[in-house]
Amino acid sequence: MPKLTVDGIEVEVPAGATVLQACEAAGKEIPRFCYHERLSIAGNCRMCLVEVKPGPPKPQASCALPAGEGQEIRTDSEMVRKAREGVMEFLLINHPLDCPICDQGGECDLQDQSVAYGRGASRYDENKRAVTEKYMGPLIKTVMTRCIHCTRCVRFSEEIAGVDEIGALYRGENMQITTYLERAAKHELSANVIDLCPVGALTSRPYAFEARPWELKKTLSIDVSDAVGSNIRIDSRGREALRILPRVNDDVNEEWLSDKARFQVDGLTRRRLDRVWIRKQGKLQQASWEDAFAAIAKAKPGASIAAIAGDMLDCETMFAAKVLLKASGSSLIESRQTGMDYAVSSLAAVNFNSTFAGIETADAILIVGSHVRWEAPLVNVRLRKAAKNGAKIFIVGPEWETTYPATFLGADVSVLSKLPGDVSDAFKDAKRPAIILGGAGLAAGAHDAALALAVKFKMVTPEWNGFNVLHMAAARMGALMLGFAQQGGIKDLVAAKPAVLLALGADEVDFSAFEGSLKVYIGHHGDKAAHAADIVLPASAFTEKAGTYVNTEGRVQFADKAVFAPGDAREDWTILRALADALGVTVGFDSFAELQAAMIAEVPALGIEGLADYGSDLPKGDAKADLGGEIRYPIKDFYLTNPIARASETMQRCSSELLHGVEFAEAAE
Amino acid sequence: MAARHLEPDTPELRARWGNFAWNAENAEKAKEVLARYPVGRQRSAVMPLLDLAQRQVGAETNTQGWLPIPVMEYVAAYLDMPIIRVVEVASFYTMYNLVPVGRYHVQVCGTTPCMLRGSDDIMAACKKRGMHKGHTTDDGMWTLTEVECMGNCASAPMVQINDDNYEDLTVESFDKVLDALAKGETPKPGTQLPGRHTVEPVGEPTSLAAMVKENHDYRGEW
Repeated sequence: MPKLTVDGIEVEVPAGATVLQACEAAGKEIPRFCYHERLSIAGNCRMCLVEVKPGPPKPQASCALPAGEGQEIRTDSEMVRKAREGVMEFLLINHPLDCPICDQGGECDLQDQSVAYGRGASRYDENKRAVTEKYMGPLIKTVMTRCIHCTRCVRFSEEIAGVDEIGALYRGENMQITTYLERAAKHELSANVIDLCPVGALTSRPYAFEARPWELKKTLSIDVSDAVGSNIRIDSRGREALRILPRVNDDVNEEWLSDKARFQVDGLTRRRLDRVWIRKQGKLQQASWEDAFAAIAKAKPGASIAAIAGDMLDCETMFAAKVLLKASGSSLIESRQTGMDYAVSSLAAVNFNSTFAGIETADAILIVGSHVRWEAPLVNVRLRKAAKNGAKIFIVGPEWETTYPATFLGADVSVLSKLPGDVSDAFKDAKRPAIILGGAGLAAGAHDAALALAVKFKMVTPEWNGFNVLHMAAARMGALMLGFAQQGGIKDLVAAKPAVLLALGADEVDFSAFEGSLKVYIGHHGDKAAHAADIVLPASAFTEKAGTYVNTEGRVQFADKAVFAPGDAREDWTILRALADALGVTVGFDSFAELQAAMIAEVPALGIEGLADYGSDLPKGDAKADLGGEIRYPIKDFYLTNPIARASETMQRCSSELLHGVEFAEAAE
Repeated sequence: MAARHLEPDTPELRARWGNFAWNAENAEKAKEVLARYPVGRQRSAVMPLLDLAQRQVGAETNTQGWLPIPVMEYVAAYLDMPIIRVVEVASFYTMYNLVPVGRYHVQVCGTTPCMLRGSDDIMAACKKRGMHKGHTTDDGMWTLTEVECMGNCASAPMVQINDDNYEDLTVESFDKVLDALAKGETPKPGTQLPGRHTVEPVGEPTSLAAMVKENHDYRGEW
């Protein structure tokens, strides 16, 4: 624990901290470009120079200098001021002064720091360097002349994403950042380099020239593209959400975001349901809200009403539906759209108990039926960290390209009952063994076998819970907490032959099984369910309503409303409230606050932000359970997994270019 | 090092070099090089292996050799490392040629000591033979590059041709070297000054003269 003084302020920092961190601990701002907390130290921008005593009589790069006992650091001396001015002047020598046409303008580190630490004017009249454009795929727009060679993007793709594809070619003044042969960056986290880039060299291609940062309203929200529950910030202008950026939350997404979560935003303005539609003679025709409610009331469902919750719903909507059905006398609610029927008597048995931060510390991990890279890219980042810390990782399921060393044990789930010797040895020796059961594993009937393995390898101790289920739907854990599960899954709903079926944003359901029911779709996109529905009621997407979400580790998080829904679309709970009137039942809430209060009264855990406590008592499982054979991953296309992404032009282009190899000619500029 | 660039990745390039592999002799050498590095650190062998690959390409094309993209990919696959890391190394060091060169790669040093000792004349002699900076002559014999200091200032001016340095050049001695190379002979590398062996002082030593015969203590004279 070295003690040192920064500008006369005494601070104590942990051993191994750098001088830069010590300065921050003392509340001093150190300008920097290449240094980033989550990446390795490069020390090549030289912006963080400070004066250090004892030491050579020259400024030193604080990011790469270990803090030592008794050091005297000055960040406010004449030497430091001149050093920063000099570095800034050199950086600006080859940086074009094109801020007015640069998308980074207004949120640019170089801009801010040159104002704060630079000279007022340039003394340089030679020619500036120019660098040819580099193609980096459909998401990243490059203007490489602006690059200051901080190499953050190179370090990100190598260290965090685990996909070596960005590099620095040539040397000195001719150094150029590029992907190999200018091929598109092809991984699920590629767009994070846009946030990392301190200048306007890498900017967002879909968002190019859309807006200036100071025009945008910033709303804190939660991502719904997967079950990670990444913390996001929705930037909107007027009625349109223009872009989505990650927020820092060390427990969930650190500060990264998957490309789908970031760029599906343009799907929110396309293929939207903004009017009420009723099917007449086999064709959907425009109608009014009154007609629609009258048509539903005419079906006189009584207690014969069922509800299926989609993958992107907030808890309030699901609770409103549950209350509505309860008032009607029905309890036919289900959220597992594809027909899975795993037992949910213990929520701890269907939860990611290790937590995302905890899984980094696991030392042996068995993944059963999960294409983690596609199902939860940010959990894959954690697994990569675990592997770097020495964890042994084994995967049951068809092979996919991992970003860490992993052993595939075959696609047949029956291997769980006879694990190879080296695998069981690894787990026996492990101090923190963990199992991650994915959706495909659940579908293959591996739930009981996995629980039995957790017992066999002592994965649950008072300090450590290594049993994890990795869901794919943002709404899943919330739905299970609200009881959106039948014993037999969706088959129970089919067997009940409900007069009215409410599909709440449920697009993955096989509606042909509900032939005789009046199918009412309450959702926001004209996707699969709208094609099958008899009545379509336009509702709100996740950006257009406030709500509570629970991620796959049981973390309760609140999201705010960023924009209003388009056209006649309403917030989901108001539709269900109006439907209650049409059906002549009382639900007991008239405002969102009342609805939320009723929900929290029923499930108190949903009212407390943070991890819900499901206990650590897991069912024993059954080692001799009947295993369902071959594992088949449900996600066939990472970029098109939900209705918003399917409507997004960006995601469609990513899918065809990055996954299906279609070549796009670049527009002539 | 101006204007370094990768040879474009064309179908012709793929057709010519796509099935590059070590020849029998180099396969042995590559294994030996690989064995010099500890287990798990095989990537460190990227530089000697790129050199080996360049030499094999040179032998196949009867030039100094260069690194076509498929050859770099072969080295990357051989070392099981990402291709971009190999290209980074190859593009950083100027001794790896990224574009085809001629039989002899004439690298004339133009830094201050060589310039003061007449590198301009050497350059002019090259131009007289039809060489242009950054180009290969039409007969495929010579590629001319102007380089920065090669560390032979004590025997300036100097020229590096393929693996050998030729130092203490005059236009005449340089012409002799080039003529010999053109004839397929191997001229004496190093200094071209008669009577000089390496970079020892020409004639008598002009500094530390008293040290020549015995260990002289200069401290009293400071």
